[in-house]
Amino acid sequence: MNTKGKAFKYGDNVDTDVIIPARYLNTSAAAELAAHCMEDIDAEFVSNVKAGDVIVAGDNFGCGSSREHAPLAIKTCGVGCVIAKSFARIFYRNSINIGLPIVECAEAADEIGAGDEVEVDFDTGMITDKTTGRQYKAQPFPPFIQNIIKKGGLLASIKEG
Amino acid sequence: MGMTMTQKILASHAGLDCVEAGQLIEAKLDMVLGNDITTPVAINEFRRAGFEGVFDRDKIAIVLDHFVPNKDIKAAEQSKSCRDFACEHCVSHFYDVGKMGIEHALLPEQGVVTAGDCVIGADSHTCTYGALGAFSTGVGSTDMAAAMATGKAWFKVPSAIKFELTGKLPKNCSGKDVILSIIGEIGVDGALYKSMEFTGEGVSELSMDDRLCICNMAIEAGAKNGVFPVDDITKAYINGRCEREYKVYEADADAVYERTVKVELDKIVPTVACPHLPENTRPASELHDIKIDQVVIGSCTNGRMEDMETAYKILAGKKVADGVRCIIIPATMAILRECVERGYYTAFIDAGAVVSTPTCGPCLGGYMGILAAGERCVATTNRNFVGRMGHTKSEVYLASPATAAASALTGYITEPKEA
Repeated sequence: MNTKGKAFKYGDNVDTDVIIPARYLNTSAAAELAAHCMEDIDAEFVSNVKAGDVIVAGDNFGCGSSREHAPLAIKTCGVGCVIAKSFARIFYRNSINIGLPIVECAEAADEIGAGDEVEVDFDTGMITDKTTGRQYKAQPFPPFIQNIIKKGGLLASIKEG
Repeated sequence: MGMTMTQKILASHAGLDCVEAGQLIEAKLDMVLGNDITTPVAINEFRRAGFEGVFDRDKIAIVLDHFVPNKDIKAAEQSKSCRDFACEHCVSHFYDVGKMGIEHALLPEQGVVTAGDCVIGADSHTCTYGALGAFSTGVGSTDMAAAMATGKAWFKVPSAIKFELTGKLPKNCSGKDVILSIIGEIGVDGALYKSMEFTGEGVSELSMDDRLCICNMAIEAGAKNGVFPVDDITKAYINGRCEREYKVYEADADAVYERTVKVELDKIVPTVACPHLPENTRPASELHDIKIDQVVIGSCTNGRMEDMETAYKILAGKKVADGVRCIIIPATMAILRECVERGYYTAFIDAGAVVSTPTCGPCLGGYMGILAAGERCVATTNRNFVGRMGHTKSEVYLASPATAAASALTGYITEPKEA
């Protein structure tokens, strides 16, 4: 499995309130949520993002609220992967649970520039910046989590045992 | 190797003698919580996965608190989906309008959670119940759905930071100033993935409302949970509230901590977190030239009885400054009722404040106090991110109820004389 697309770059502590503002939390419909993804940090995001694109950010991505609407909005608007220096723990857990690939890699998060063409191979953990030609190796998921992803999310993994 | 208090609770709920930091475990849950925002997503997942029943109707709590009384048609639909699900599965702890309160004030008050419990909630401030000596952490809706079906959740056992409290708080300070000071020191990811374990002689100087407020904001330092030891103050609070038996866990004497942070309570000053991160803390005394448009006193962080009492002492017989909207939101119906009985409600109105029924409303920019571009609010809530309470160009300053009430009277951020 992999994703390939353009990088959207943000800083540290991107919180769930800017990923999906609470004024839109009166719905749980994924498509409606996706229409407002990143609205309060980057009003142009939704009109520019294409399937397979990658969000690149600093430390503590997804901090704040436990709203699963945040990774759901990101996934539904087509983002193929989020690369960050670190993730807030509930966001990390929610992303895995709904099947949004997320990768921790400080070097890649620092060096990948906005608009760079990026490819992420989830099987090997290899991140390639095709614009600069640089490659980065991220930690693969531990087996416990790989299993959840392989089964297609937490609930599917429980149903299949 | 010794275990922290959190590790002991987790080990016990995983049926293990011993766990260590980094270990993946599956733990049995004593309570699974959701609200009107997160439960509808969980219900979708629950149904999509084909689950038919809940694991234990007495161990699920669904609280309608964020957008109720329903703020609009969509919110009404969400509340209805929670109500229908609770009815279909005979969920014992379902709290609708008239009975509800802000979840993290309500569940401890009603004895739905107690010491020694292992609790998850689809709300990030579920970490509040650590104040009772429970392991309690926020998760997402999918985790809630799975837990409602299985009664279990997986956890990576956290390492811990020990916060050693000494001394006694000055009269104009409360738990809010303690936790804001700590977040200012360690940062919004200072405890990422870890437990914050509060210990030391200073613990006995903190009321239950102070402890609930401190644990509530553990998430604002990135923590998995915050936890206080169980002492006489905890027992006095728990007794008579919870029908279930509680269990007391204590950290081993040789428990391993990543580090120890000393917190001298007598050196705490009224503290404000400036926009747009809870770690941007400054003494309230340095911010006296910040003019404000609104004050909010309430939320799962500071809508409890002591917070109301503090606001009353400062506002009674005085007038909210011209140009300031002061919104007071008691966190539960019991607290609201007590405010009426003690005469606080009348005093708040006479001071020019408005009083709402319980809701999370303004804290997350839902309703009941949304800010326009350029407006500033001093709030006793827990987050001051960009756009948190309204327009992306509005500003939220996080503070204690005492600082918020004192600021409401002057129209500027004001250091309170006494809490």
